[in-house]
Amino acid sequence: MKEELEKRVVKGPDGVEFEVDPLRDYYCQSAPTVMPPAYIKIVEELFNWARAESIWILGFGTGCGAIEMRPLMTPRFDAYRYGIQWRPTPRQANLFVISGYLSVKTLKRAIRSYEQMQNPKYVVGLGSCTINGGMYWDSYNTIKRLDDYLPVDLYITGCMPRPEALLAGFQELKRLIRAGQAEGANRYAEQFEWYKANQKRVIHDWDMPDYNW
Amino acid sequence: MHELHERLKAIFPLGELTVQRPDLAFITLGREHLRPLLLELRHRHGFTHLVLLTAVDWIEEGCFQLTYLLNDRAGARDLGLRVMLPREGASMESIHDLWPTAATYQRELREMFGIDFPASPGVDEPFILEGWRDIPPYRRDFDTLKFAEENFNQRPGRATLDPARHMRDRLHPEGE
Amino acid sequence: MAYQPDRSQYPQPRPDGSLDIDLRSGKYLKLWQGPQHPGITGNMSLELTVCGDEVVAGRTHVGYLHRGFEKLMERRTFIQCFPIVCRICVPEPDFNEYCYAAAVEELAGIEVPERAQWIRTLILEMGRVNSYLMYLGGQAGAFGQAVIGQWTTYARDLMLDRFEELTGARIYHMFILPGGVRDDLPEGFGRRMEQTLREIEEILEEVREVMFDNAVLKRRAIGLGHIDPALLDAYGVTGPTARAAGVAKDVRRDHPYLVYPRLAFEPVVAQASDVHARADVRRRDLLLSIDLIRQILAGMPGSGAVMTALPNVLHWKIPRGETYIRGECSRGEYGYYLVSDGSGYPRRVNVRGPSYTHAVALLERLIVNVNIADVAALMVSLHTYPPEIER
Repeated sequence: MKEELEKRVVKGPDGVEFEVDPLRDYYCQSAPTVMPPAYIKIVEELFNWARAESIWILGFGTGCGAIEMRPLMTPRFDAYRYGIQWRPTPRQANLFVISGYLSVKTLKRAIRSYEQMQNPKYVVGLGSCTINGGMYWDSYNTIKRLDDYLPVDLYITGCMPRPEALLAGFQELKRLIRAGQAEGANRYAEQFEWYKANQKRVIHDWDMPDYNW
Repeated sequence: MHELHERLKAIFPLGELTVQRPDLAFITLGREHLRPLLLELRHRHGFTHLVLLTAVDWIEEGCFQLTYLLNDRAGARDLGLRVMLPREGASMESIHDLWPTAATYQRELREMFGIDFPASPGVDEPFILEGWRDIPPYRRDFDTLKFAEENFNQRPGRATLDPARHMRDRLHPEGE
Repeated sequence: MAYQPDRSQYPQPRPDGSLDIDLRSGKYLKLWQGPQHPGITGNMSLELTVCGDEVVAGRTHVGYLHRGFEKLMERRTFIQCFPIVCRICVPEPDFNEYCYAAAVEELAGIEVPERAQWIRTLILEMGRVNSYLMYLGGQAGAFGQAVIGQWTTYARDLMLDRFEELTGARIYHMFILPGGVRDDLPEGFGRRMEQTLREIEEILEEVREVMFDNAVLKRRAIGLGHIDPALLDAYGVTGPTARAAGVAKDVRRDHPYLVYPRLAFEPVVAQASDVHARADVRRRDLLLSIDLIRQILAGMPGSGAVMTALPNVLHWKIPRGETYIRGECSRGEYGYYLVSDGSGYPRRVNVRGPSYTHAVALLERLIVNVNIADVAALMVSLHTYPPEIER
């Protein structure tokens, strides 16, 4: 374990000494919970409509697919006209686009970023390498099935997908959200133990809490 | 290149010279002569730029080949120095004091091949891999496909065909 | 806040020159920039130790994009390696294809038709235009000028249209393969390329006015990230970063390859060796690339073969040998070291990307005494692409 994660005694600016256990003190200890739909159907539909029209993407380019994000942000393809925009922090984002292969090292960061996002949240896997490993099917350092580690709502195929394919994928995601079928976050909460077991199977130096909230 | 080789040979016991192109040659030498030769090349012959430092695993012969590729920009020529190390407990003298950037290469070689460079800064810190438990992955005896199949869940339905066999079956379905 | 001349509040140097940083003293803060951070070039991270708003130590962490290409290529035949090499470096993939193809051709003793060489040069220059346009947007964005990124990304898209017309793909072209190139130029390509080049030139003129003549950018970029020309060789600095320090290092001129000996050009050089000079060198280099594309289209032989007949690639064995092929990509010297052991598979491939030396050893040195707000700009100015560091 890294030195900064170990339990230690810290002296505050007022001279009082206290104990810090980073893994317990800096994070919420409770596991994620399932978000039930609103009691009245029409209210839930209103919520889903609002969710579908404000897709905010987390600006984390995990792989090569990130290069096609830039054209989408600019006037040629202009994803902003669909209510899609990019945000720098997980707390403000509700869509995590896994843009391509995930090495084990990035998977760890991707899990942290995903868990820090607030509900409702969605995951889109971009490119063949998120689906079955793609070009890197025999690589020792990339995961082969993204949906074993994060709850994927939608895959966009291609190596790499064109911006038009991404736009079509986002439209499809909107349709899923409005139909109430983009339930990835709830699936993650329901099968939390299963996801964690899968994640820990590949991430060998697990030096973070089980739920990074 | 031959002229340079003759001049160097007068000072150092050098192995064979392989001229790949008029502007690129490789010389094999013993590990104890590497540092003086690097200094000689850098200060007397204009080879000031360390292009790369990498290793080749000759597992059949039980040795690693370290390649130090130097570039002489004014003379538009490159010289690769080959140093053979035994594979067991491979360790080599660090050259980070000659080229600070060599420390990065040495860190990578330490991690990917398991070749030690004592006293090179940060050489024991993980560089690219994280939480790696297996043998260093660039070694020839590390089987990446086997590792991937054992460690990662595969999505069913993916078929892998051997190109040569596949083409033969397509072109000569009845068999030869 | 700019660099403080009064150093009493900052870490003191030890006798050996390193800084005396005691993390428990409460004066310092460990700050991670990346991998999930908008101010980072791609998926990598910097571990910064800051004192006030000044960085006193930095450490580069890479490996987030490692796929093990060098290992994967060892278990693929020579022709099977061709489609995967371009994926080593996303923003400028063509250099991988060229270096790999040239290395295989040299070891196998294959001659490339002349027209294929012209087309290869054309593609490499087009890729350089793309890469520089992306850089200009990123560099301006790091200084808060978001609009430049909008313009240059649009300009890059125009060039991607030409790529699409020629190769059928926007990003991964898979066009330069051992033995030649996959196809000839389409009908009327030169005319449409000229139209594209003119539009890009217009955009660049506006970029020059808005970005380079901007007082804020000059105030922040001039003097930032100065590289002493004496350190270039020690840190393996190549490409525009070296040219901005007054050293005319350009592989196209120093070790001519393809048809560069037949093109008229002079390496672009600046003296100041700071972020502003590096950005300016790249802008002028971009104009040079546009000029080179025009020269290539004018000087190309009218017709001819673009591909040599290869032996049966399923059973293609290459004689034992080793070689190193280099080219000048938009970041510096890009090279492939290829070792063949006489079998049908490469024994070892080593990719020497310029970011490897720039983003680790050099950046860790430059980042000391830089304000946190300038870290992103400094990093972008070295024009690093993480995928080529860890491959």
